[in-house]
Amino acid sequence: MFEQLSHLTLQHYWWAIISLLAALLVLLLFVQGGQSLIYELGKSKNDRTMMLNTLGRKWEFTFTTLVTFGGAFFASFPLFYSTSFGGAYWAWMALLFCFIIQAVSYEYRSKPNNFLGKKTFDAFLFANGLLAPILIGVVVGTFFNGAEFSVSNLNASQWQNQARGLEAVLNINNVALGLAIFFLSRILALLYFMNSIENASLFARSKKQLIYNTIPFLVFFLFFVIRLVLKDGYAYNPTTMVVSMEPFKYFNNLIQMPVILLLFLGGVLFVLWGIISSLLKDNTKGIWWAGGGTVLVVFSLMLIAGYNNTCYYPSNFDLQSSLNIVNSSSSRFTLTTMTYVSLAVPFVLAYIWYAWKAVNTKKITESEMTGGTEGHIY
Amino acid sequence: MNEIVDLSLIDWSRGQFALTALYHWLFVPLTLGITFILAIMETIYYKTGNEEWKKITKFWMKVFGINFAIGVATGIILEFQFGTNWSYYSWFVGDIFGAPLAIEGIMAFFMESTFIAVMFFGWDKVSKRFHLVSTWLTAIGANLSALWILVANAWMQNPVGMKFNPDTARNEMVNFWDVFLSPMAINKFLHTISSGFVLAGVFIIGVSAWFILKRRDVLFAKKSILVASIFGFISSMFLITTGDGSARLVAIKQPMKLAAMEGLYQGKNGVGLVAIGVFSPTRTDPEFPKLNDFLFKIEIPNALSYMIHLDANAFVPGVKDLINGNEKEGILSSAEKISRGKMAIETLRNYKDALAQGRKDEALQLRDKFMSKDFQDNYFKYFGYGFVKNANELIPKIPLVFYSFHIMVILGTWFLIFFILSFYFVVKDELTKQRLFLKIAILTVPLVYLAQMAGWTVAEVGRQPWVVQDLLPTVAAVSNISTGAVIVTFWLFAFIFTLLLIAEVKIMTTQIKIGPKDGGH
Repeated sequence: MFEQLSHLTLQHYWWAIISLLAALLVLLLFVQGGQSLIYELGKSKNDRTMMLNTLGRKWEFTFTTLVTFGGAFFASFPLFYSTSFGGAYWAWMALLFCFIIQAVSYEYRSKPNNFLGKKTFDAFLFANGLLAPILIGVVVGTFFNGAEFSVSNLNASQWQNQARGLEAVLNINNVALGLAIFFLSRILALLYFMNSIENASLFARSKKQLIYNTIPFLVFFLFFVIRLVLKDGYAYNPTTMVVSMEPFKYFNNLIQMPVILLLFLGGVLFVLWGIISSLLKDNTKGIWWAGGGTVLVVFSLMLIAGYNNTCYYPSNFDLQSSLNIVNSSSSRFTLTTMTYVSLAVPFVLAYIWYAWKAVNTKKITESEMTGGTEGHIY
Repeated sequence: MNEIVDLSLIDWSRGQFALTALYHWLFVPLTLGITFILAIMETIYYKTGNEEWKKITKFWMKVFGINFAIGVATGIILEFQFGTNWSYYSWFVGDIFGAPLAIEGIMAFFMESTFIAVMFFGWDKVSKRFHLVSTWLTAIGANLSALWILVANAWMQNPVGMKFNPDTARNEMVNFWDVFLSPMAINKFLHTISSGFVLAGVFIIGVSAWFILKRRDVLFAKKSILVASIFGFISSMFLITTGDGSARLVAIKQPMKLAAMEGLYQGKNGVGLVAIGVFSPTRTDPEFPKLNDFLFKIEIPNALSYMIHLDANAFVPGVKDLINGNEKEGILSSAEKISRGKMAIETLRNYKDALAQGRKDEALQLRDKFMSKDFQDNYFKYFGYGFVKNANELIPKIPLVFYSFHIMVILGTWFLIFFILSFYFVVKDELTKQRLFLKIAILTVPLVYLAQMAGWTVAEVGRQPWVVQDLLPTVAAVSNISTGAVIVTFWLFAFIFTLLLIAEVKIMTTQIKIGPKDGGH
């Protein structure tokens, strides 16, 4: 069936899958957003316990999506994997350390004799919540703003900046994206709390926090988007594969791919409606609008990074070393094989949805946290 | 593909991978086995409605939860380390290696993480049947996760189902089923998961023995031992069978590893199996300065030849045959392999240069030469040898591999006996009287972890210097980063993993002391 597809079609298909995984990852960063709010929003021990138990039932989805994103990127565009991971060593290591400390903290924080103490594990969760969205945003920012590397004719990559990826924080556009994702993750977490926790006081405080986080989110998001549509982009000629700078490349991509433009604008409206409806009328369904909108916005941003003859991982050191979906992908055979595997994705999404709904049938309450249940309490 | 690499960079990069892999593997095997034991226990509860079985299930589920979290924490590092520390490797094999990793994420990790949430949080939210199905799916998901990474590992030990593409300078998959269903992959998967099942069986019996010694929750402990001993015995039989299969495959595909496992320096017909042996610190052979002399060894005559070839008089090559070659047995010398490997690399470079400089006819000729069957079979086959400077680099650390192998085999045999004794005593209801056995059961718990570490040491140290057997040595695969950076991250990992390990052990022991009486989750 898929054997009939051209290599180029498969490369586009797999870039769409990578984009979808990135979009789902940003959505699921609401777990991190919530962790970054435990001290601001959680006024009492019980508040924090409720918040962390709400998030703790979902942290593995974020973690698994990150791992799958990495695995799928490795499988479909291995030259990115070898170039970016082997090159931007410190950026990726910082991100990994953020996630190591998260994985155990939920399980261990309330257990007796846990060696480091509850406060330490809560601090780990806070650190992960603070740093992970920013770091992911900064790293993804390099997809639009470039990095410093070269690739030899044997496809061996060499990083050309001694800071080994940390230099990405010196680019204001990368930082703006990082901060936009950070505040978005907090917005999503607040909406999720409003949806999943049965507690009037926490609901009211979440609503208040929603305003405080929406303002900086809009500032950083608009800054990033405006700079993006105005900047020159990294285009390649599909015949000669020569890379050149094209004025307003990302703006052109949106105009030349109107479906993606519609997805982007629709996503932005959904996010805004999710926030506004929650602020105006005590709506608990804002997370669905804002969550869906987040997926659409990130998905469309990733598509304009890689589609329409655009280099998704540009090199500012050697323009011709820039990576695009054609020169960095796996072989046609491998992409075809994996396309068969991707048929399982709807099935996977269906059972995740089913299990998620089953666990979320009842809202989190204070009494559940104090042992009035058979469930597992963090 | 690095031209000049600081050797200490390779050592530290290998050290970091070994550190994270071994820490990860402290936790994974228990997850692999205990999830199935949980599923069996919950099935008994589902069938009988006996609340005692629910209590037992929930206690072991709590233990599993503590162990699972740290397994996840250590696991994420491994996936990303392929890129961060083994950059050229990621490109050289990404077309093949990446696919199992992606499939693992899509098919296995999500299954595990989705249903684990139902298993932990669904007791009073979903039906008994759905909960039971979720527990089984968690077990299946955990073991499927192991499947795909082991398929990838087996491919590195025995690269099949691929063809080298000189245009992209990498190996590309041409047959997925050859990769997925290679005997090495199947054997490695079965051997590894059965070792996890054995570990879980020993762990549960050891912990339960502690309860009986303390005269606490004796009924709970006996029921746990009953399930674990049956499960462990069946798994042990599998483990031994697949271990035997594994050795045969190693003999064919990685003869140097087999020679290291057995400390076999000089090959011959009718080779004995070393039951036990001790190395001397002396190295008297000037031609092979890496080979330690034996202080003593006890051999079972002809047993190795028989086990490998089912012929007591068959020839098994030793380290010296593999380095110097053995014309009679058709073994090429390392010097010849190195020379052919260099020729393969040189031809590839010349092709790429000719292409870059627009010398199209020459490029076409070189490409045809490179892709010809003769060149592939006789030169490209030894591609990785072209990076090797000295034949002695092809010899792994023999004492480490030898001792690890023998520790693994001796302990594996003990575990089989241990499960038989556990089953016998629990069925005869004599456990409370067998206090010595109960103490031995507790001591067997650290031994089963030791056996796990030994097994992976044999598999991974034994194949050095290869990242991909015969095609890519560590020297060419490593990321060209500063050694200092790797040293810093090595110690950071060591520090944080040790911290988390201490926390895990303290929490685990405390929960065990609390016991099943508080109702678990």
